[in-house]
Amino acid sequence: MRRAAVIVLAVLAAALPWLLQALGLDFYLSLANRIVVAAIAATSLNLVLGYGGLVSFGHAAFVGLGAYATGILVSEGVTSGWAHLGATLLVAGVAALLIGAISLRTRGVYFIMITLAFAQMLFYLANSIKGYGGDEGLNIRARSVLGAGAFALDLKNPVVCYEAALVVLALVLAALARFVPSRFGRAVLAIRDDDLRAEALGFPTYRLKLVLFVAAGMLGGVAGALGVNQQGYVSPNVLHWTQSGTFMVMVILGGVASVWGGVIGAVVLLLLQEVLGAWTEYWAFWTGWVLLAAVLFARRGLAGLFAAR
Amino acid sequence: MAALLEVRGLVKRFGALVATDEVDLDVQAGEVHALIGPNGAGKTTLVAQLGGQLASDRGTIVFDGAAITRWTAHRRAQRGLVRSFQVTRLFGSASAHANVALAVQAVSGSSLRAWRPVALERALQARAHAVLAEIGLGARADAPVDALSHGERRALEVGMALASRPRLVLLDEPMAGLGHEESTRMEALVASLRATSAVLLIEHDVDAVFRLADRVSVLVGGRVITTGAPDAVRRDPTVIAAYLGEADEL
Amino acid sequence: MLVVEQALNGLQFGLMLFLLAAGLTLVFGVMDMINLAHGSLYMVGAFVAAWIAGRTGSFALGIAGSVLVTGLFGIVLEAGLLRTLYARDHLSQVLATFALILILNDGVKFVFGTDLPLSAPAAFDGPVELLPGLSYPSYRLLILGVGIVLAVLLWLLVQKTRLGALVRAGASNRTMATAMGVDIPKLFTLVFGIGAALCAVAGAFLGPLLAVQVGMGENILILAFVVIVIGGIGSIRGALVGAILVGCVDTLGRTALQHVFRAFLPPQWASAAGPAVASIAVYVFMAVVLAFRPQGLFPARG
Repeated sequence: MRRAAVIVLAVLAAALPWLLQALGLDFYLSLANRIVVAAIAATSLNLVLGYGGLVSFGHAAFVGLGAYATGILVSEGVTSGWAHLGATLLVAGVAALLIGAISLRTRGVYFIMITLAFAQMLFYLANSIKGYGGDEGLNIRARSVLGAGAFALDLKNPVVCYEAALVVLALVLAALARFVPSRFGRAVLAIRDDDLRAEALGFPTYRLKLVLFVAAGMLGGVAGALGVNQQGYVSPNVLHWTQSGTFMVMVILGGVASVWGGVIGAVVLLLLQEVLGAWTEYWAFWTGWVLLAAVLFARRGLAGLFAAR
Repeated sequence: MAALLEVRGLVKRFGALVATDEVDLDVQAGEVHALIGPNGAGKTTLVAQLGGQLASDRGTIVFDGAAITRWTAHRRAQRGLVRSFQVTRLFGSASAHANVALAVQAVSGSSLRAWRPVALERALQARAHAVLAEIGLGARADAPVDALSHGERRALEVGMALASRPRLVLLDEPMAGLGHEESTRMEALVASLRATSAVLLIEHDVDAVFRLADRVSVLVGGRVITTGAPDAVRRDPTVIAAYLGEADEL
Repeated sequence: MLVVEQALNGLQFGLMLFLLAAGLTLVFGVMDMINLAHGSLYMVGAFVAAWIAGRTGSFALGIAGSVLVTGLFGIVLEAGLLRTLYARDHLSQVLATFALILILNDGVKFVFGTDLPLSAPAAFDGPVELLPGLSYPSYRLLILGVGIVLAVLLWLLVQKTRLGALVRAGASNRTMATAMGVDIPKLFTLVFGIGAALCAVAGAFLGPLLAVQVGMGENILILAFVVIVIGGIGSIRGALVGAILVGCVDTLGRTALQHVFRAFLPPQWASAAGPAVASIAVYVFMAVVLAFRPQGLFPARG
């Protein structure tokens, strides 16, 4: 039954551009695209936050690094999508490796603070690179291009951009679904429950957490790369701690440690902002109340409300 | 014959308090070596240093020929030195079977596999079932750990340490908080361990200790005041004065 | 002389940071709650002060009024909402207080507008000559004075009064404090109210220097968190030392470091590297402190 629902959802999502066109609502494709990108970012955060139990307050930094890596390459004339992907994975991966290697030696609130601090450092760094926009941000004209010749997929086409993001999201969700019951997933959950006991049993907890952190960072970077393609623009604000906070809100709202948590959170939060934004200038105010209500009344996040148990 | 575990001159201080004071200790392969002593003697602190949860200030620990003094806890577990905890630490969100399966997984290959469900690993799951049966929890395999009784949780706690077939298992007060019948079962379990592992047993139940142990070491104020066969220790006047003489212990 | 001036600026900024950090460290140390909305209280304090000063023409009235209003607001907030979060996990607290930031940012915008002007009191408009050749803005001296007085008062409160003893007990061991019959709910409300009042003072005094605008809380909040992590969570003394250190590192980083860079690096590098390094100096400092003292400089928790 669930599998059928997922397939229907996937088909609907894939067909969305044409559905919107038929309804005369094409301008909502950009919103849909933003939602998909945010869902990837939130899901990547759920990996460390939900499953890993690591409250990383600097995840936006990896998203931002992916966006900047791609944006800078494009502004330098490199439009190959594969080059962008490679650079994104490398930059975000190395950053996550360095940040994780240091941060994971701390616990609790100190971990939160150190990840936050590193993210802020990158934020200020992005603010100061005058060559690529500095605090005003970077505009790009071209986009990532996958393939060549007649079969080239140019993400400048909004439909192609959207479908590419959707494919990535589908792959990420599929991988996550396989991750959870696997050795890695079980080990990570055990570490989250009781790090000390897991280590006493023989799990190399630091190593496992670091791999998880790097994987999440790389996925976050990919979200950023897709994001800059969608927006045509990246600014240091993407790396600000409040952006990390927004992703955290999506994860907590959608349901920590659940495969669909990031998606649900992204959909709900961004749709909420869109709907409220059309009605009032003070949409953040009402969004805040909805979030507050969610914390007070839905303890396991929205995914928990719909779950079987 | 070299001992399986050789501890020499172990020291641990917490500020002005010397919790472990030049401790020398040996555990031979295949023996049940008990460690007894009054409350506050530093037994758990010592076990934590042997298990790798606490770093010693001075001294050496040699296990199975390797100098493990600075090794992490997980490396020791991989080598065959495993510890159970005095305060039960289980993975609350999982079932009893899942808990044991984790213990087996930890020592059977890399956990960096993110594709195949662990539930499909036949050998691993079979071993987990076997361990559960050994500790008498075969029927409770699928029960969530939070639903188990205290006695069952203590048994599971020990089972987790056994799942990896360790060369030496450090049992930290396995009978803590157990009723009479459960204690008897735990005692039988510990006795059955002798076939496969050496045991360093920390316990307050002195009668059980003297029934189970091949040798007994007495820890008082962070120092080992004597080591020997149970009968000899039982009759040792210094031990009686320091520990066994306390009315509630006999 | 420039160094002296910058050092005084650092000290002054540090003392204001201390006011923010003191409340934050107490809330975190005593109630074990992550309060992201602490910066929003600072913002509310600044706006209320600016509004009152704008209406009455008196800076002093602005401060007094703001302390009262913000303190009361903090108490209402704590008793009405935040109290339910103490028992919840840190993630829920993050979500809820993040939501509060959204609500308060827009709320303030709705009531007061996106920004309000606030100028230093006329009496403190000009510079004062501290030493021959060294003149320093009298307003900043006022802030220094206020900061020192409040720091001493807080120290007295925490070290010498019964309330302070209760707070220290609660910070180091909450279960013990409860077991000893301390009226925890009232204590918490009071601690929170004091924290809010301190935020108001900082917001009002820094307003003329940093601009009173919506969102001003977010940036200073991070610095306040850095301060309490460096100082040790739950410790007022740690918050003071940490705040002064952070204030000085941040201020000197922006100025003195520029000179160092210009002396050693080619100009285009210096002008690019300068601001970047200045901003991250504080975080590097925090990382270094944590590397040697993972619990901060004066950890309160036993």
